[in-house]
Amino acid sequence: MKIEAGHSPTSPVSIHDLTVAYHRKPVLWDVDLDIPEGKLIAIVGPNGAGKSTLIKAVMDLVPKASGKVMIYGKSFKKQRKLVAYVPQRESVDWDFPIDALGVVVMGRYNKIGWCKSVRKRDTQAAMEALDRVGMTDYAHRQISQLSGGQQQRVFLARALAQDSTIYFMDEPFASVDAATEKAIVKVLRDLRSSGKTVVVVHHDLQTVREYFDHVILLNMRVVAHGPVDEVFTDANLKKTYGGRLTLLSEAADRLARH
Amino acid sequence: MSVSHSISDARRSIPSWDELVRVLTLEEYNTRVVVLGVMALGTAAGLVGTFLLLRKRALTADALSHATLPGIAIAFMVMVSFGGDGKTLVGLLLGAFVFGCVGVLAILGIRHTTRLKDDAAIGIVLSVLFGLGLCLLRIATELPNGSAAGLSGFIFGKAASMVASDAMTMGMVALGTAIVTAVLRKEWTLLCFDEKFGEVQGWPVLWLDVVLMVLVATVTVIALQSVGLVLAVAMLIIPAASARYWTTKITSMLIASALIGCMSGWLGAVGSALIPRMPTGPVIVLICGFWFVFSFIVGPNEGLLIRQVSRVRLNRRIALQHILRSMWEVCEDNNKSEFALESIVHVRSWNKRTVLKLLRYCAKKNYVTSLPTNAWRLTEKGKAEASRVVRNHRLWEVYLITYADIAPTHVDRDADMIEHVLGRDLVQKLEALLDSKTIPLSPHPIGASE
Repeated sequence: MKIEAGHSPTSPVSIHDLTVAYHRKPVLWDVDLDIPEGKLIAIVGPNGAGKSTLIKAVMDLVPKASGKVMIYGKSFKKQRKLVAYVPQRESVDWDFPIDALGVVVMGRYNKIGWCKSVRKRDTQAAMEALDRVGMTDYAHRQISQLSGGQQQRVFLARALAQDSTIYFMDEPFASVDAATEKAIVKVLRDLRSSGKTVVVVHHDLQTVREYFDHVILLNMRVVAHGPVDEVFTDANLKKTYGGRLTLLSEAADRLARH
Repeated sequence: MSVSHSISDARRSIPSWDELVRVLTLEEYNTRVVVLGVMALGTAAGLVGTFLLLRKRALTADALSHATLPGIAIAFMVMVSFGGDGKTLVGLLLGAFVFGCVGVLAILGIRHTTRLKDDAAIGIVLSVLFGLGLCLLRIATELPNGSAAGLSGFIFGKAASMVASDAMTMGMVALGTAIVTAVLRKEWTLLCFDEKFGEVQGWPVLWLDVVLMVLVATVTVIALQSVGLVLAVAMLIIPAASARYWTTKITSMLIASALIGCMSGWLGAVGSALIPRMPTGPVIVLICGFWFVFSFIVGPNEGLLIRQVSRVRLNRRIALQHILRSMWEVCEDNNKSEFALESIVHVRSWNKRTVLKLLRYCAKKNYVTSLPTNAWRLTEKGKAEASRVVRNHRLWEVYLITYADIAPTHVDRDADMIEHVLGRDLVQKLEALLDSKTIPLSPHPIGASE
């Protein structure tokens, strides 16, 4: 899998020998890969495999122990305008005095700039983003009044309002309802057809084949990465999940039979 | 305050009408200085306090205010050693400000370098620096030149010592705070709601945080004279916490918080002026506390009363639905359109009195009529309503059984039409599962439900 020195300067995200450590304990070892442009990419792996850490390290949210990351050949600092981020839903306090539209408008804050207030066209862009996730009716709802799936869609709309080129999403499908899952998948496909690159931390092995083009199998190191058809094999999954996969597939089978 | 009667305690405790008017209209110079200064302070604290609360840094502010004491003592000693009398207010407050910031830095340092969490770090810094302050104060009072007698006034506040220039300073700080808050409102909102997202967008979150804490330190320092360092944090937190019960929008929360802070300052200062020997700071804090309790009870946003009322309403609606369903099912079982009270008691865990009460409530709503034979009958209106309730209930049951894994996010059992929540096609699918188009049979034996 590893193509050393073969990093492409046109890759949206090019990761070179990245190692990340928390409290002296490494959580990611020597990650070295190029993410292809215009694809939907899933990062898959067991709990504690460093999936979220990987995308956080790319966005400079956690310090790197070593290695570097290039966004279209330049450092993240120079290219941050190209990047939109959908954090985990649990990472914020939803009992905050703001409505859904207010959260989505945050996606426009860097376009608005320092100390200026929100302009009409920003509100308009935010409303359009809410429309894309089917949340127009909830624009003025206080965010604590929304269901988990609706909150997730608000987060997604905020990233859409940024109108970026690369999207990083941290577990957007975690505990959402069927309607939200459908809405997210539709948005992902729209993004792909307009040439955007979307990297998604994903926990549901069942849907990887259906939703994604590329997959990165991660367990503290990259076990395998590439097109889903080639890489998402039983052998690779066993390498990623170790003994736990049998348990997982058993549970999944039982659910499917139900 | 400057109340200098000496007649009798009983007479003093009830202010005369003249006195009341004089104080309320700020005719007295001393009262005017204190009231205006404290109102400015309350406004500033209300504004900054809103973001402090949303940033979840309320306790840090408490540590900050306690940490100012050694700063005051050291500033005094430095000024005395340079030959002054050590009473220059600006110098003392500068010392307080510097040590307040030292306190915050110490908390951050402990959090980042040890395994201790925020609460422990705050406890350590608050108590150690306050202890240090008390010791230094003791040393300061024993210095040969200069008298440190007034310094302890900063601990509990001594509004009476305020002069016009102090009130002016408070007014300027309040104005400055209002301007900074207005200018950084958008940035601070982002910082408080989702720091990581802000960081990815390229906002300097560390510096936004620093500016916020510097403003908190400034407001704390100007509160020292009137409210005192032990209670200063109340001015920052309580107005903002009360405002939260009145609104769900950050802009209106800022305005409400500033108003509550300002009014508490006014009422507190006026109140303490009217009641002799009542310290200003604690009275202001008590007024703040009153606002909080008031907001917490009657506030429209999650206030106690609103919550209680909606709970009672919900319970009554649930009870109504339950009895309608029971009546319908009893009739369905017996193939009759009338039923005895006992048959309802039999299928429900309610006692006779509750059932009777509910039946009377139903009769009031024209859902049932009582028959002379001591039985009850569903009216046409009651039948329609009951069959709707039963149908929805059974569809929900089937839905929950069939789609157990995705159901919980969808369940709104109170929806008038299950179709509104689930969509017509899904409801049709559920109805097919139940083999019935109108009212499905209960998927479990009736009577064993609930």
